[in-house]
Amino acid sequence: MPPQPTEIAVTINGQSVDVAPGTSILDAAKSVGIEIPTLCWASNLTPVNACRLCVVELEGSRTLVPACSRECEQGSVIHTESERVVLNRKMVLEFLDTTNDLTQSAELQELLLRYHADSSRYTEPNQMQDDTKIEDDLFVRAYDRCVLCYKCVEACGDDAQFTFAISMAGRGFDTRVSTEFDTPLPESACVYCGNCVGVCPTNALQFKTEFDLREASDWNPERHNSTQTICSYCGVGCTLELHTQDNKIFKVTSPADHSVTSGHLCIKGRFGWQYVQPPTRRSLSSG
Amino acid sequence: MADLKYNNSAPDFDERNAVDDLVADPPVRQEDQRWVTGGLDRAAAARHLLLPGLHRLQNVKGWISPGGLNYLAESLQVPAAEAYGVASFYDLFQLEAPASQGPLHHVCVDPICATNGSAAYIEELRSKGHKVHESPCLGQCERPPASFVQIRGSEGEDATATTDQSLQFQSTEHNRLLRRFGRQDPTDLEAYKKLGGYKAFQTAIQLGGARVIEMLTESGLTGRGGAAFPTGVKWRSVANHQEGPKYVVANADESEPGTFKDRMILENDPFALIEAMTIAGISAGCRKGWIYIRGEYTTAASRFSLAINHAYEAQLLGTEIAGTPFTFDLEIRQGAGAYICGEETSLFNSIEGFRGEPRSKPPYPTDSGLFGRPTIVNNPETFLNVLEIINHGVDEYRSAGTHESPGTKLFCLSGDISKPGLYEAGFGITLGELITEAGGVRGDLQAILLGGAAGSFVGPDHLDLALSFEDANANNLTLGSGAVMVFSTNADLSAVVRRLAQFFRDESCGQCVPCRIGTVRQHELLLQIGSNKPEDANLGLLDDIATVMTDSSICGLGQTAASAVQSAVKLGLLDKRTS
Repeated sequence: MPPQPTEIAVTINGQSVDVAPGTSILDAAKSVGIEIPTLCWASNLTPVNACRLCVVELEGSRTLVPACSRECEQGSVIHTESERVVLNRKMVLEFLDTTNDLTQSAELQELLLRYHADSSRYTEPNQMQDDTKIEDDLFVRAYDRCVLCYKCVEACGDDAQFTFAISMAGRGFDTRVSTEFDTPLPESACVYCGNCVGVCPTNALQFKTEFDLREASDWNPERHNSTQTICSYCGVGCTLELHTQDNKIFKVTSPADHSVTSGHLCIKGRFGWQYVQPPTRRSLSSG
Repeated sequence: MADLKYNNSAPDFDERNAVDDLVADPPVRQEDQRWVTGGLDRAAAARHLLLPGLHRLQNVKGWISPGGLNYLAESLQVPAAEAYGVASFYDLFQLEAPASQGPLHHVCVDPICATNGSAAYIEELRSKGHKVHESPCLGQCERPPASFVQIRGSEGEDATATTDQSLQFQSTEHNRLLRRFGRQDPTDLEAYKKLGGYKAFQTAIQLGGARVIEMLTESGLTGRGGAAFPTGVKWRSVANHQEGPKYVVANADESEPGTFKDRMILENDPFALIEAMTIAGISAGCRKGWIYIRGEYTTAASRFSLAINHAYEAQLLGTEIAGTPFTFDLEIRQGAGAYICGEETSLFNSIEGFRGEPRSKPPYPTDSGLFGRPTIVNNPETFLNVLEIINHGVDEYRSAGTHESPGTKLFCLSGDISKPGLYEAGFGITLGELITEAGGVRGDLQAILLGGAAGSFVGPDHLDLALSFEDANANNLTLGSGAVMVFSTNADLSAVVRRLAQFFRDESCGQCVPCRIGTVRQHELLLQIGSNKPEDANLGLLDDIATVMTDSSICGLGQTAASAVQSAVKLGLLDKRTS
């Protein structure tokens, strides 16, 4: 076998880039400030390249290739915003927008505008329909917003939690994220770590506290704040990010690039914050 | 037990037996709930039993119950949610108790059967109180309408609505791949040997693997599954990997509408495939072979299974085969109703006990295939060519066909044609000549669908098209699987095109956005267009949908899901009035 080169030279949008072997096109582009939109990719999960939003043109390839998982090869010439790429992205976005309720994903809303997606040209498209599943006080599942990006399945499985409570089920347009026989979460293998909620890009999975605020029409991002702290439960010392509205916690996350958590938490850190603001305390002091 | 959590639903007596019988050596053993042996590696090693286990549960009860699934999953240490995800991927598994226990009839509603009375047959069955599932192509297009019957407690039967069960193939002395068809009892090893069986194997042993692979390269043999990849190059890459295990896989998940050649090979010449796979194994250093047979091909599977047993008895499979130092084992896996599993990487996932979703390529199967190991994967027709090359030499092999497409090709002729069936011809035969061989068109020719649902329509002006890879390429066409579906002016092609679009909508695995949603949007648009002349806006959208499916889908299914539709639009077939 020939010795492996230590550097691979590629050209992205006319710009020469040297990267280490094994670098994805996405990371190579990022290293020179070229952003490629992604949906199913996350820094703390294995790429599944299912959404195809990150496709780019690789000279010599019959089809477009997913930037998130295709490794750079010596001499690759790549175009990330060619006419062909732009049309493909626009179509992926139109497909998603005609299928799902994307209103709670600011990132996708921005992309829909940027790529001039025109969902009005579809007449009565079939949509993903599902009743919102409210099975407990911790989080809700609204699969009409689910774009089947696999992130929750990966976070529940061997990318983070190793619980395997959910899987893709069914086939084709009827595919859904599901427990076995659609068993309610409290009866399933779910351990309520909430790592699925943490990686969901469309708010299909959301904290019950956030859901209640939205249902009460009391959701207002202008009154939001976030504060970093360290989880007080055990000695691991996970960094928590408390998301608050009017100083009341509605969601807890951890930074995806954090060296301890990689963005993942356990049930205590994720959901065990009621003691900070117990409803009884307020009623006692006000009463 | 390991860390996986299962619910409390329990199997009944039959389900428990069915699973215990299959999982004789469970990945994790419990002894008085105290001693646990096993672990992740053993669980991974047993997971390939999931698909056969699901078949057993379905057969024993007529559906897969929560208790049965739970027990199977726990026995194999597969998470329950994942086992459900796998079971719900396949058409042949029912996950709800059926209203009645009678047989379930799967009747083909794809173009050839639809234009040959499948609707009337379905109505007849329903009026008699039978349960009917409208099925995609069942690979019996030479005798439509086709059906497959699932019966509780049995393996099911592939049958047709017609009583004609005669073997429909063209018998001439020029036949190569079909040379033994109809001349032997397919499950009689001695009969196969009398017709020259296992000569190629002996020759291959003498020549050595390197020379065998060289001969394949010199012969110019390319894969017959549709992609036409050079077989010699494929085998060479696997042989070059020094470290085992390595695998040989026969892809007999033939599901391309209009295609039935591999079924006929399995039914009529199973030993030839076993011999060719064995040659692949000894030539490339693979000690284990797998054949993935479409779930609806029960006759083929049972004959092939018998043939494997006979081969083992004769020591032509197993350790030290035929007195040589080589070992080669062969195992059957049956699909369960999913077109996508004919895509080679989906097929690997399906065998391994995962959902049949295609993998991203690269890496290619020759580097990372079944169980992540170097794998030769070919379809039965390709394997049969290997015997021809070894038995008759490269020059003789190349005497048929064209310079760039040497050898012969199997063509599946169906539809409005006098003698539908399986035909063998040298590459380069024209479409017109092939149709004449099959007795000519019944009625006036309107169009031909070349290469199946993933292929293209051509009009009567293409009768002089030479059927070779180079001529097909030059005309932006594909020979695909060798399906030639003939439609006379009696056929309503706009209905045919809508059905093809629905086929892809039903068969998309759902993994990538362009195919999962694109196939639905394409079908919706065709329903809206109906039999009218499409408006420009509709055509523009149809084009864009085709572009994203072709350019951005993960696998060949999505990449070809617009091919037939686009060709029909270009030929103006959507609003053609039938006579």
